[in-house]
Amino acid sequence: MDNLKKYNQAFIDTFRISEDQLQNLQYQSIEAWDSVGHMSLIAALEDAFDIMFETDDIIDFSSYQKGKELIAKYDVQL
Amino acid sequence: MTYNYNFFDELEKFGDAPAVETECKIISYSQLVNMAENLTRDIFSRALVFLVCKNEPEAIAGYIGCIRKRAVPVLINSTIDKDLFNSLKNLYRPNYILCPENFNDGEYKLSLENKSPHEIFNDLAILLTTSGSTGSPKFVRQSYKNIQANTHSICEYLKISRNDKAITTMPMSYTYGLSIIQTHLFSGATIFTTEKNFFNRDFWQIMRDKKINTFGAVPYTYEMLDKLRFLKMNLPDLKYITQAGGHLNKDLQNKFARGFHEQNKKFIVMYGAAEATARMSYIPSEYALNKIGSIGIAIPGGRFEIIDDDQNIITAPNLSGELVYYGDNVTLGYAQCLEDLAKNDENKGRLLTGDIAKFDEDGFFYIEGRKKRFLKIFGNRVNLAELEEILKARGYECACTGVDDHLKIYMTDKTKLTTVIETAESVTHLNRAAFEAVYIEKIPRNDAGKILYSELV
Repeated sequence: MDNLKKYNQAFIDTFRISEDQLQNLQYQSIEAWDSVGHMSLIAALEDAFDIMFETDDIIDFSSYQKGKELIAKYDVQL
Repeated sequence: MTYNYNFFDELEKFGDAPAVETECKIISYSQLVNMAENLTRDIFSRALVFLVCKNEPEAIAGYIGCIRKRAVPVLINSTIDKDLFNSLKNLYRPNYILCPENFNDGEYKLSLENKSPHEIFNDLAILLTTSGSTGSPKFVRQSYKNIQANTHSICEYLKISRNDKAITTMPMSYTYGLSIIQTHLFSGATIFTTEKNFFNRDFWQIMRDKKINTFGAVPYTYEMLDKLRFLKMNLPDLKYITQAGGHLNKDLQNKFARGFHEQNKKFIVMYGAAEATARMSYIPSEYALNKIGSIGIAIPGGRFEIIDDDQNIITAPNLSGELVYYGDNVTLGYAQCLEDLAKNDENKGRLLTGDIAKFDEDGFFYIEGRKKRFLKIFGNRVNLAELEEILKARGYECACTGVDDHLKIYMTDKTKLTTVIETAESVTHLNRAAFEAVYIEKIPRNDAGKILYSELV
């Protein structure tokens, strides 16, 4: 599976949403992405890419789009 | 004995000391009392009041006002589902609703619903949910004595001083969150109110800029803190943090106890329940490293007993039985409908916790399992039998089991695995990360038809 697919799949599995909801998805914009959901998402991404997010990046991970920028720091090319 | 004295009546004595602080203002004790009186001016004594709470000064003032007027507030989280709120309203017929103008937002407004007084037991002070957010109309009935006694004990063992400042990290309608607010008011200390959580950058800015000394967290929020590398943060004013709301796994307890010890800060593990007002036991911080995995010793004024199946008291260490708690903080009982508010003290100072426990040679207690079928999910108590009933009523043949923070729903219908999770999520208002639906050909039952939960793993 390519990286973008893996990235998308983490959101889809964690929040049980469809692919077309991803583009504008933001923290707290859907019920499932609350603080508990946030932790599950971070854990899912860490597992999928075998990385460990820094504190600041966990906090800054405020949307689907923003996450793409942040994850690039960990040598993950989407 | 009626217990008419309570510390809420004399908060004025702290005068100009800061009581509640927010990002934009500081409210002194005198101002807070004024706010309380203004908000509850029209409320009559022994009225039933639905108090919709957010972590903000008005909610605290409304609460204080109700207690000072001897009106009975029902604490409801502002995130409550509207249908659920309406069904509670129909069931309990509150005399007043005190809530933000647009429910979740805006200035607090009092509205009169009806003037017919209800029959309410004299000692009843407040009603609190047992499970935080789940859809049950079941409340714990707490008395003035309960609140006074538990607040006093907690302040004694945590040694809360007038100079302390705590930040809100849990809903005010949740027993643990409320207890942090009450203990700080009792001590003339300061509560910083915010709705921001650990994943918000502003929260950590406030921690540093506003020199916060303490906060509380439950097992799943400790996992968040761990993920955020909390132990590496530079928070010079933080003195101690507390943990309650369920059992924190040994690894994390160890990590936080050690990490805090190295920083010369205190990490205090506690045990409690809404049924015991808030707290029943704690690990004194000097034992934090030696008694990992324990729930500690009973709080000042309380005491534990362990009983076997024949109700005999177990006097030897390391033998398991049901944990029983005695103290003035044992609440009056439950309310499931309006008529229950007239009930008197059903527990009489003795609480069967439903937890199986033992104590060691030093008298420290350890939880080993549960007698009753419930889980703690994100700090909320979820009754598995109740959830099963609700799901069955909606057409899901299922058996619920699992461990804390991870509830498994065993289903015989493969096609409903997704929808059952959606339903569980919507009735409990808990994040779906808590639920897993598992397909099983047949739910194991004994000859009498009882589900064999031990076979579901």
